[in-house]
Amino acid sequence: MTPSEPLKLLNKVQAINWNRIQDDKDVEVWNRLVNNFWLPEKVPLSNDVQSWATLTPAEQTLTMRVFTGLTLLDTIQGTVGAVSLIPDSLTPHEEAVYTNIAFMESVHAKSYSSIFSTLSNTKDIDEAFRWSTENPNLQKKASIVLDYYHGDEPLKRKVASTLLESFLFYSGFYLPMYWSSRAKLTNTADLIRLIIRDEAVHGYYIGYKFQRGLELVDQAKRDEIKDYTFSLMYDLYENEVQYTQDLYDEVGLTEDVKKFLHYNANKALMNLGYEPMFPKSVTDVNPAILSALSPNADENHDFFSGSGSSYVIGKAVNTEDEDWDF
Amino acid sequence: MSDDLVYFSSVSGNTRRFVESLDRPASRIPIYSREERLTATKPYVLVLPTYGGGGMGGAVPKQVIHFLNDEQNRSFIRGVIAAGNTNFGEAYCLAGDIVARKTQVPLLYRFEVFGTPDDREAVQIGLDRLWKQL
Repeated sequence: MTPSEPLKLLNKVQAINWNRIQDDKDVEVWNRLVNNFWLPEKVPLSNDVQSWATLTPAEQTLTMRVFTGLTLLDTIQGTVGAVSLIPDSLTPHEEAVYTNIAFMESVHAKSYSSIFSTLSNTKDIDEAFRWSTENPNLQKKASIVLDYYHGDEPLKRKVASTLLESFLFYSGFYLPMYWSSRAKLTNTADLIRLIIRDEAVHGYYIGYKFQRGLELVDQAKRDEIKDYTFSLMYDLYENEVQYTQDLYDEVGLTEDVKKFLHYNANKALMNLGYEPMFPKSVTDVNPAILSALSPNADENHDFFSGSGSSYVIGKAVNTEDEDWDF
Repeated sequence: MSDDLVYFSSVSGNTRRFVESLDRPASRIPIYSREERLTATKPYVLVLPTYGGGGMGGAVPKQVIHFLNDEQNRSFIRGVIAAGNTNFGEAYCLAGDIVARKTQVPLLYRFEVFGTPDDREAVQIGLDRLWKQL
Protein backbone atom coordinates (compact mmCIF):
# COMPACT_ATOMS: atom_id res chain seq x y z
CA MET A 1 0.00 0.00 0.00
CA THR A 2 1.40 3.39 -0.94
CA PRO A 3 1.15 6.21 1.61
CA SER A 4 -0.90 8.25 -0.86
CA GLU A 5 -3.68 5.68 -1.09
CA PRO A 6 -6.83 7.39 0.17
CA LEU A 7 -8.45 6.02 3.27
CA LYS A 8 -11.67 4.30 2.28
CA LEU A 9 -14.43 5.23 4.64
CA LEU A 10 -18.12 5.82 4.25
CA ASN A 11 -18.76 9.38 3.11
CA LYS A 12 -22.16 9.57 4.66
CA VAL A 13 -23.50 7.83 7.73
CA GLN A 14 -27.05 7.93 9.01
CA ALA A 15 -28.15 6.82 12.46
CA ILE A 16 -28.88 3.13 12.07
CA ASN A 17 -32.53 2.24 12.59
CA TRP A 18 -32.94 -1.45 13.44
CA ASN A 19 -36.69 -0.97 13.36
CA ARG A 20 -36.67 -0.41 9.64
CA ILE A 21 -35.05 -3.34 7.88
CA GLN A 22 -34.38 -3.54 4.14
CA ASP A 23 -32.88 -7.03 4.15
CA ASP A 24 -34.10 -9.61 6.70
CA LYS A 25 -30.84 -11.50 6.22
CA ASP A 26 -28.98 -8.72 8.05
CA VAL A 27 -31.06 -9.23 11.20
CA GLU A 28 -31.02 -13.01 10.91
CA VAL A 29 -27.22 -13.13 10.58
CA TRP A 30 -26.64 -10.49 13.25
CA ASN A 31 -28.71 -12.57 15.69
CA ARG A 32 -26.99 -15.76 14.69
CA LEU A 33 -23.54 -14.21 15.22
CA VAL A 34 -24.52 -12.74 18.57
CA ASN A 35 -25.96 -16.07 19.72
CA ASN A 36 -22.78 -17.84 18.63
CA PHE A 37 -20.48 -15.40 20.48
CA TRP A 38 -17.74 -17.07 22.51
CA LEU A 39 -14.33 -16.36 24.03
CA PRO A 40 -11.29 -18.67 24.22
CA GLU A 41 -11.25 -18.34 28.03
CA LYS A 42 -14.40 -20.49 28.11
CA VAL A 43 -12.59 -23.50 26.62
CA PRO A 44 -10.53 -25.60 29.09
CA LEU A 45 -7.42 -25.67 26.90
CA SER A 46 -5.17 -26.64 29.81
CA ASN A 47 -6.71 -30.13 29.72
CA ASP A 48 -4.68 -30.63 26.54
CA VAL A 49 -1.29 -30.16 28.19
CA GLN A 50 -0.75 -33.88 28.73
CA SER A 51 -1.93 -34.73 25.26
CA TRP A 52 0.42 -32.13 23.78
CA ALA A 53 3.33 -33.90 25.46
CA THR A 54 2.50 -37.09 23.54
CA LEU A 55 3.11 -35.40 20.17
CA THR A 56 6.54 -35.79 18.60
CA PRO A 57 8.65 -32.64 18.23
CA ALA A 58 7.85 -32.64 14.49
CA GLU A 59 4.13 -32.90 15.20
CA GLN A 60 4.33 -30.07 17.69
CA THR A 61 6.19 -27.88 15.22
CA LEU A 62 3.62 -28.67 12.53
CA THR A 63 0.77 -27.78 14.87
CA MET A 64 2.37 -24.48 15.89
CA ARG A 65 3.00 -23.55 12.26
CA VAL A 66 -0.54 -24.39 11.23
CA PHE A 67 -1.90 -22.17 13.98
CA THR A 68 0.36 -19.22 13.15
CA GLY A 69 -0.86 -19.51 9.55
CA LEU A 70 -4.46 -19.41 10.76
CA THR A 71 -3.61 -16.49 13.04
CA LEU A 72 -2.34 -14.55 10.04
CA LEU A 73 -5.55 -15.13 8.06
CA ASP A 74 -7.76 -14.17 11.00
CA THR A 75 -5.68 -11.05 11.56
CA ILE A 76 -6.06 -10.04 7.93
CA GLN A 77 -9.78 -10.68 7.99
CA GLY A 78 -10.26 -8.82 11.28
CA THR A 79 -8.20 -5.72 10.59
CA VAL A 80 -8.52 -5.37 6.81
CA GLY A 81 -10.91 -7.83 5.16
CA ALA A 82 -14.20 -7.40 7.00
CA VAL A 83 -13.54 -3.69 7.48
CA SER A 84 -12.89 -3.18 3.76
CA LEU A 85 -16.40 -4.49 3.03
CA ILE A 86 -18.12 -1.81 5.12
CA PRO A 87 -18.04 1.02 2.54
CA ASP A 88 -19.62 -1.26 -0.10
CA SER A 89 -22.61 -2.21 2.05
CA LEU A 90 -26.07 -2.06 0.56
CA THR A 91 -27.77 -1.43 3.92
CA PRO A 92 -26.67 0.17 7.23
CA HIS A 93 -27.36 -3.13 8.96
CA GLU A 94 -24.92 -4.86 6.64
CA GLU A 95 -22.27 -2.39 7.84
CA ALA A 96 -23.04 -3.37 11.43
CA VAL A 97 -22.76 -7.08 10.62
CA TYR A 98 -19.26 -6.51 9.19
CA THR A 99 -18.16 -4.82 12.41
CA ASN A 100 -19.32 -7.92 14.27
CA ILE A 101 -17.44 -10.17 11.83
CA ALA A 102 -14.29 -8.03 12.16
CA PHE A 103 -14.34 -8.24 15.95
CA MET A 104 -14.96 -11.97 15.96
CA GLU A 105 -12.00 -12.51 13.60
CA SER A 106 -9.85 -10.68 16.15
CA VAL A 107 -11.18 -13.03 18.83
CA HIS A 108 -10.20 -15.96 16.62
CA ALA A 109 -6.71 -14.55 16.06
CA LYS A 110 -6.26 -14.06 19.79
CA SER A 111 -7.51 -17.55 20.63
CA TYR A 112 -4.52 -19.14 18.86
CA SER A 113 -2.29 -17.23 21.24
CA SER A 114 -4.28 -18.74 24.11
CA ILE A 115 -3.54 -22.17 22.69
CA PHE A 116 0.16 -21.33 22.31
CA SER A 117 0.59 -19.95 25.79
CA THR A 118 -1.21 -22.97 27.27
CA LEU A 119 0.71 -25.64 25.40
CA SER A 120 4.05 -24.18 24.41
CA ASN A 121 6.84 -21.84 25.44
CA THR A 122 8.03 -18.40 24.37
CA LYS A 123 10.96 -19.66 22.34
CA ASP A 124 8.89 -22.11 20.28
CA ILE A 125 6.06 -19.60 19.88
CA ASP A 126 8.46 -16.97 18.52
CA GLU A 127 10.00 -19.58 16.25
CA ALA A 128 6.59 -20.50 14.81
CA PHE A 129 5.69 -16.86 14.19
CA ARG A 130 9.06 -16.37 12.49
CA TRP A 131 8.28 -19.34 10.23
CA SER A 132 4.95 -17.76 9.29
CA THR A 133 6.62 -14.54 8.16
CA GLU A 134 9.22 -16.45 6.15
CA ASN A 135 7.09 -19.12 4.45
CA PRO A 136 6.67 -17.87 0.86
CA ASN A 137 3.41 -19.73 0.21
CA LEU A 138 1.75 -18.44 3.34
CA GLN A 139 2.93 -14.92 2.57
CA LYS A 140 1.73 -15.27 -1.00
CA LYS A 141 -1.77 -16.23 0.03
CA ALA A 142 -1.87 -13.27 2.38
CA SER A 143 -0.65 -10.86 -0.28
CA ILE A 144 -3.05 -12.13 -2.98
CA VAL A 145 -6.02 -11.50 -0.70
CA LEU A 146 -4.69 -8.19 0.65
CA ASP A 147 -4.21 -6.90 -2.90
CA TYR A 148 -7.89 -7.38 -3.61
CA TYR A 149 -8.93 -5.76 -0.36
CA HIS A 150 -6.95 -2.69 -1.38
CA GLY A 151 -8.40 -2.72 -4.90
CA ASP A 152 -11.43 -0.67 -5.85
CA GLU A 153 -13.80 -3.43 -6.97
CA PRO A 154 -16.45 -4.12 -4.31
CA LEU A 155 -17.59 -7.42 -5.84
CA LYS A 156 -14.03 -8.69 -6.13
CA ARG A 157 -13.41 -7.83 -2.50
CA LYS A 158 -16.39 -9.98 -1.55
CA VAL A 159 -15.12 -12.84 -3.70
CA ALA A 160 -11.69 -12.68 -2.07
CA SER A 161 -13.29 -12.46 1.35
CA THR A 162 -15.59 -15.44 0.79
CA LEU A 163 -12.73 -17.55 -0.57
CA LEU A 164 -10.70 -16.67 2.51
CA GLU A 165 -13.54 -17.50 4.93
CA SER A 166 -14.71 -20.65 3.16
CA PHE A 167 -11.55 -22.06 1.53
CA LEU A 168 -8.19 -20.66 2.67
CA PHE A 169 -8.59 -21.62 6.32
CA TYR A 170 -9.06 -25.31 5.69
CA SER A 171 -5.48 -26.43 5.10
CA GLY A 172 -5.10 -25.33 8.71
CA PHE A 173 -8.43 -26.52 10.12
CA TYR A 174 -7.62 -30.02 8.93
CA LEU A 175 -4.96 -30.61 11.57
CA PRO A 176 -6.97 -30.09 14.78
CA MET A 177 -9.70 -32.29 13.27
CA TYR A 178 -7.06 -34.91 12.57
CA TRP A 179 -5.76 -34.75 16.15
CA SER A 180 -9.30 -34.88 17.48
CA SER A 181 -10.03 -38.00 15.44
CA ARG A 182 -7.10 -39.61 17.26
CA ALA A 183 -8.35 -38.38 20.64
CA LYS A 184 -5.54 -35.79 20.86
CA LEU A 185 -5.82 -32.07 21.68
CA THR A 186 -9.58 -32.49 21.96
CA ASN A 187 -10.18 -29.23 23.84
CA THR A 188 -8.17 -27.32 21.27
CA ALA A 189 -10.34 -29.00 18.63
CA ASP A 190 -13.46 -27.81 20.47
CA LEU A 191 -12.18 -24.25 20.24
CA ILE A 192 -11.33 -24.63 16.55
CA ARG A 193 -14.86 -25.97 15.92
CA LEU A 194 -16.23 -22.70 17.30
CA ILE A 195 -14.06 -20.83 14.80
CA ILE A 196 -15.16 -23.16 11.99
CA ARG A 197 -18.80 -22.52 12.87
CA ASP A 198 -18.27 -18.73 12.76
CA GLU A 199 -16.43 -18.86 9.44
CA ALA A 200 -19.36 -20.75 7.93
CA VAL A 201 -21.76 -17.95 8.85
CA HIS A 202 -19.30 -15.32 7.60
CA GLY A 203 -18.76 -17.09 4.27
CA TYR A 204 -22.48 -17.63 3.81
CA TYR A 205 -23.33 -13.99 4.54
CA ILE A 206 -20.59 -12.36 2.46
CA GLY A 207 -21.38 -14.78 -0.38
CA TYR A 208 -25.07 -13.87 -0.12
CA LYS A 209 -24.28 -10.14 -0.24
CA PHE A 210 -22.03 -10.80 -3.23
CA GLN A 211 -24.96 -12.38 -5.05
CA ARG A 212 -27.21 -9.43 -4.16
CA GLY A 213 -24.52 -7.11 -5.56
CA LEU A 214 -24.22 -9.18 -8.72
CA GLU A 215 -27.93 -8.58 -9.41
CA LEU A 216 -27.18 -4.85 -9.74
CA VAL A 217 -24.63 -5.12 -12.57
CA ASP A 218 -25.03 -6.03 -16.26
CA GLN A 219 -24.35 -9.42 -17.82
CA ALA A 220 -20.92 -8.43 -19.17
CA LYS A 221 -19.81 -7.49 -15.67
CA ARG A 222 -21.27 -10.71 -14.25
CA ASP A 223 -19.30 -12.74 -16.79
CA GLU A 224 -16.13 -10.85 -15.92
CA ILE A 225 -16.63 -11.44 -12.20
CA LYS A 226 -17.28 -15.13 -12.75
CA ASP A 227 -14.08 -15.52 -14.80
CA TYR A 228 -12.22 -13.58 -12.16
CA THR A 229 -13.59 -15.77 -9.37
CA PHE A 230 -12.53 -19.01 -11.00
CA SER A 231 -9.09 -17.73 -11.94
CA LEU A 232 -8.55 -16.44 -8.41
CA MET A 233 -9.70 -19.81 -7.10
CA TYR A 234 -7.17 -21.59 -9.36
CA ASP A 235 -4.35 -19.27 -8.23
CA LEU A 236 -5.20 -19.71 -4.58
CA TYR A 237 -5.67 -23.45 -5.00
CA GLU A 238 -2.25 -23.92 -6.61
CA ASN A 239 -0.65 -21.91 -3.85
CA GLU A 240 -2.66 -23.79 -1.24
CA VAL A 241 -1.39 -27.14 -2.53
CA GLN A 242 2.19 -25.93 -2.17
CA TYR A 243 1.49 -24.56 1.28
CA THR A 244 -0.08 -27.90 2.23
CA GLN A 245 3.03 -29.71 1.00
CA ASP A 246 5.27 -27.38 3.04
CA LEU A 247 3.33 -28.30 6.15
CA TYR A 248 2.14 -31.86 5.75
CA ASP A 249 4.63 -33.72 3.52
CA GLU A 250 6.77 -34.58 6.50
CA VAL A 251 3.90 -36.34 8.29
CA GLY A 252 2.54 -37.90 5.09
CA LEU A 253 -0.90 -36.25 5.21
CA THR A 254 -0.77 -34.01 2.13
CA GLU A 255 -3.12 -36.09 -0.05
CA ASP A 256 -5.65 -36.40 2.74
CA VAL A 257 -5.56 -32.63 3.34
CA LYS A 258 -6.08 -31.96 -0.38
CA LYS A 259 -9.41 -33.78 -0.36
CA PHE A 260 -10.51 -31.51 2.47
CA LEU A 261 -9.36 -28.52 0.40
CA HIS A 262 -11.39 -29.66 -2.63
CA TYR A 263 -14.49 -30.24 -0.55
CA ASN A 264 -14.26 -26.77 0.98
CA ALA A 265 -13.34 -25.06 -2.30
CA ASN A 266 -16.64 -26.37 -3.66
CA LYS A 267 -18.53 -24.95 -0.70
CA ALA A 268 -16.77 -21.60 -1.08
CA LEU A 269 -17.82 -21.39 -4.74
CA MET A 270 -21.36 -22.38 -3.82
CA ASN A 271 -21.49 -19.66 -1.16
CA LEU A 272 -20.83 -17.28 -4.05
CA GLY A 273 -23.63 -18.92 -6.05
CA TYR A 274 -21.34 -20.80 -8.47
CA GLU A 275 -21.40 -24.47 -9.29
CA PRO A 276 -18.80 -26.63 -7.51
CA MET A 277 -15.53 -27.14 -9.37
CA PHE A 278 -14.14 -30.42 -8.00
CA PRO A 279 -15.82 -33.76 -8.82
CA LYS A 280 -16.93 -36.22 -6.18
CA SER A 281 -13.91 -38.45 -6.86
CA VAL A 282 -11.56 -35.90 -5.24
CA THR A 283 -13.84 -34.50 -2.53
CA ASP A 284 -14.26 -37.72 -0.58
CA VAL A 285 -13.00 -36.37 2.72
CA ASN A 286 -11.55 -38.95 5.08
CA PRO A 287 -14.57 -40.12 7.15
CA ALA A 288 -12.57 -39.69 10.37
CA ILE A 289 -11.98 -36.01 9.54
CA LEU A 290 -15.59 -35.44 8.50
CA SER A 291 -16.79 -37.11 11.66
CA ALA A 292 -14.47 -34.95 13.79
CA LEU A 293 -16.05 -31.94 12.11
CA SER A 294 -19.65 -33.14 12.19
CA PRO A 295 -20.33 -36.33 14.18
CA ASN A 296 -23.45 -37.44 12.31
CA ALA A 297 -22.55 -36.37 8.78
CA ASP A 298 -21.87 -39.95 7.67
CA GLU A 299 -23.58 -41.10 4.51
CA ASN A 300 -25.72 -43.82 6.01
CA HIS A 301 -27.60 -41.42 8.18
CA ASP A 302 -30.34 -40.81 5.63
CA PHE A 303 -32.85 -43.00 3.81
CA PHE A 304 -31.73 -42.39 0.20
CA SER A 305 -28.09 -43.27 0.96
CA GLY A 306 -28.80 -45.95 3.54
CA SER A 307 -28.27 -49.60 2.81
CA GLY A 308 -31.68 -51.09 2.11
CA SER A 309 -33.53 -49.70 5.11
CA SER A 310 -37.27 -50.08 4.61
CA TYR A 311 -39.60 -47.12 4.46
CA VAL A 312 -41.64 -46.79 7.62
CA ILE A 313 -43.81 -43.93 8.78
CA GLY A 314 -45.25 -43.66 12.23
CA LYS A 315 -48.20 -41.77 13.57
CA ALA A 316 -47.56 -38.04 13.70
CA VAL A 317 -48.41 -36.32 16.95
CA ASN A 318 -50.13 -33.00 17.31
CA THR A 319 -47.76 -30.02 17.38
CA GLU A 320 -47.87 -26.47 18.68
CA ASP A 321 -45.31 -23.69 18.33
CA GLU A 322 -43.78 -24.37 21.74
CA ASP A 323 -43.26 -28.07 20.93
CA TRP A 324 -40.59 -27.02 18.47
CA ASP A 325 -38.47 -25.08 20.88
CA PHE A 326 -35.58 -27.51 21.32
CA MET B 1 -53.52 -27.58 -4.67
CA SER B 2 -50.05 -28.61 -3.60
CA ASP B 3 -47.24 -30.56 -5.29
CA ASP B 4 -45.10 -33.64 -4.59
CA LEU B 5 -42.43 -31.36 -3.16
CA VAL B 6 -43.07 -28.67 -0.58
CA TYR B 7 -40.13 -26.47 0.36
CA PHE B 8 -39.09 -23.47 2.37
CA SER B 9 -36.27 -21.20 1.26
CA SER B 10 -35.17 -17.87 2.75
CA VAL B 11 -34.30 -14.85 0.59
CA SER B 12 -30.83 -16.31 -0.02
CA GLY B 13 -32.64 -18.90 -2.16
CA ASN B 14 -30.23 -21.83 -1.80
CA THR B 15 -32.93 -24.38 -1.01
CA ARG B 16 -35.13 -22.99 -3.80
CA ARG B 17 -32.22 -23.41 -6.19
CA PHE B 18 -31.78 -27.03 -5.14
CA VAL B 19 -35.50 -27.74 -5.58
CA GLU B 20 -35.59 -26.02 -8.99
CA SER B 21 -32.62 -28.06 -10.14
CA LEU B 22 -34.74 -31.20 -9.59
CA ASP B 23 -37.23 -29.88 -12.15
CA ARG B 24 -40.26 -31.33 -10.37
CA PRO B 25 -43.48 -29.54 -9.45
CA ALA B 26 -42.92 -27.88 -6.09
CA SER B 27 -44.88 -25.60 -3.75
CA ARG B 28 -43.12 -22.97 -1.67
CA ILE B 29 -44.04 -22.22 1.93
CA PRO B 30 -44.32 -18.41 1.99
CA ILE B 31 -41.66 -16.37 3.78
CA TYR B 32 -44.00 -13.60 4.96
CA SER B 33 -47.26 -14.01 6.85
CA ARG B 34 -48.90 -11.43 4.54
CA GLU B 35 -48.61 -13.96 1.70
CA GLU B 36 -51.30 -16.55 1.08
CA ARG B 37 -50.87 -19.65 3.23
CA LEU B 38 -49.91 -22.92 1.63
CA THR B 39 -52.20 -25.89 2.26
CA ALA B 40 -51.10 -29.40 1.38
CA THR B 41 -53.73 -31.34 -0.55
CA LYS B 42 -51.77 -34.51 -1.27
CA PRO B 43 -48.70 -36.44 -0.04
CA TYR B 44 -45.44 -34.52 -0.30
CA VAL B 45 -41.76 -34.54 0.61
CA LEU B 46 -40.61 -31.48 2.58
CA VAL B 47 -37.33 -29.76 1.68
CA LEU B 48 -36.03 -27.24 4.22
CA PRO B 49 -32.85 -25.49 5.35
CA THR B 50 -31.46 -25.62 8.90
CA TYR B 51 -31.33 -22.32 10.75
CA GLY B 52 -29.37 -21.29 13.79
CA GLY B 53 -25.88 -22.41 13.01
CA GLY B 54 -24.73 -24.38 15.99
CA GLY B 55 -27.19 -24.28 18.83
CA MET B 56 -30.13 -26.64 19.07
CA GLY B 57 -32.69 -23.83 19.28
CA GLY B 58 -34.37 -22.28 16.26
CA ALA B 59 -33.09 -24.89 13.78
CA VAL B 60 -36.48 -25.26 12.05
CA PRO B 61 -37.57 -22.04 10.29
CA LYS B 62 -40.68 -20.69 11.99
CA GLN B 63 -42.58 -20.61 8.69
CA VAL B 64 -42.12 -24.39 8.46
CA ILE B 65 -43.30 -24.81 12.04
CA HIS B 66 -46.47 -22.86 11.29
CA PHE B 67 -47.03 -24.94 8.20
CA LEU B 68 -46.62 -28.22 10.09
CA ASN B 69 -48.77 -27.15 13.03
CA ASP B 70 -51.69 -27.47 10.62
CA GLU B 71 -53.02 -30.99 11.00
CA GLN B 72 -53.90 -31.45 7.35
CA ASN B 73 -50.44 -30.32 6.23
CA ARG B 74 -48.82 -32.65 8.71
CA SER B 75 -50.95 -35.60 7.64
CA PHE B 76 -49.60 -35.53 4.07
CA ILE B 77 -45.86 -35.38 4.84
CA ARG B 78 -44.01 -38.51 3.66
CA GLY B 79 -40.37 -37.60 4.14
CA VAL B 80 -37.87 -34.80 4.77
CA ILE B 81 -34.86 -33.53 2.83
CA ALA B 82 -32.71 -31.05 4.75
CA ALA B 83 -29.97 -28.58 3.93
CA GLY B 84 -27.21 -27.68 6.36
CA ASN B 85 -23.50 -27.14 6.79
CA THR B 86 -21.04 -29.65 8.26
CA ASN B 87 -19.29 -26.66 9.85
CA PHE B 88 -22.17 -26.59 12.32
CA GLY B 89 -21.03 -29.89 13.79
CA GLU B 90 -23.80 -31.78 15.56
CA ALA B 91 -26.32 -29.28 14.22
CA TYR B 92 -25.61 -30.34 10.63
CA CYS B 93 -29.05 -30.58 8.94
CA LEU B 94 -30.61 -30.64 12.40
CA ALA B 95 -33.90 -29.22 11.08
CA GLY B 96 -34.35 -32.43 9.09
CA ASP B 97 -33.81 -34.61 12.15
CA ILE B 98 -36.26 -32.55 14.21
CA VAL B 99 -39.04 -32.57 11.60
CA ALA B 100 -38.54 -36.28 10.88
CA ARG B 101 -38.82 -37.09 14.57
CA LYS B 102 -41.82 -34.83 15.13
CA THR B 103 -43.78 -36.07 12.14
CA GLN B 104 -42.58 -39.69 12.29
CA VAL B 105 -41.34 -39.86 8.71
CA PRO B 106 -37.84 -40.75 7.42
CA LEU B 107 -35.09 -38.22 6.88
CA LEU B 108 -34.50 -38.94 3.21
CA TYR B 109 -31.39 -36.94 2.33
CA ARG B 110 -29.10 -34.11 3.42
CA PHE B 111 -27.15 -31.63 1.32
CA GLU B 112 -25.07 -28.46 1.69
CA VAL B 113 -25.73 -24.98 0.20
CA PHE B 114 -27.68 -25.76 -3.00
CA GLY B 115 -26.40 -29.31 -3.50
CA THR B 116 -23.83 -30.75 -5.89
CA PRO B 117 -24.73 -32.54 -9.16
CA ASP B 118 -24.23 -35.81 -7.26
CA ASP B 119 -26.73 -34.73 -4.62
CA ARG B 120 -29.31 -33.92 -7.30
CA GLU B 121 -28.84 -37.30 -8.93
CA ALA B 122 -29.17 -39.16 -5.64
CA VAL B 123 -32.35 -37.27 -4.79
CA GLN B 124 -33.90 -37.81 -8.23
CA ILE B 125 -33.34 -41.56 -7.99
CA GLY B 126 -34.47 -41.61 -4.38
CA LEU B 127 -37.68 -39.68 -5.04
CA ASP B 128 -38.62 -41.86 -8.01
CA ARG B 129 -38.13 -44.92 -5.84
CA LEU B 130 -40.05 -43.42 -2.95
CA TRP B 131 -43.13 -42.41 -4.94
CA LYS B 132 -43.32 -45.92 -6.43
CA GLN B 133 -43.24 -47.40 -2.96
CA LEU B 134 -46.01 -45.20 -1.58
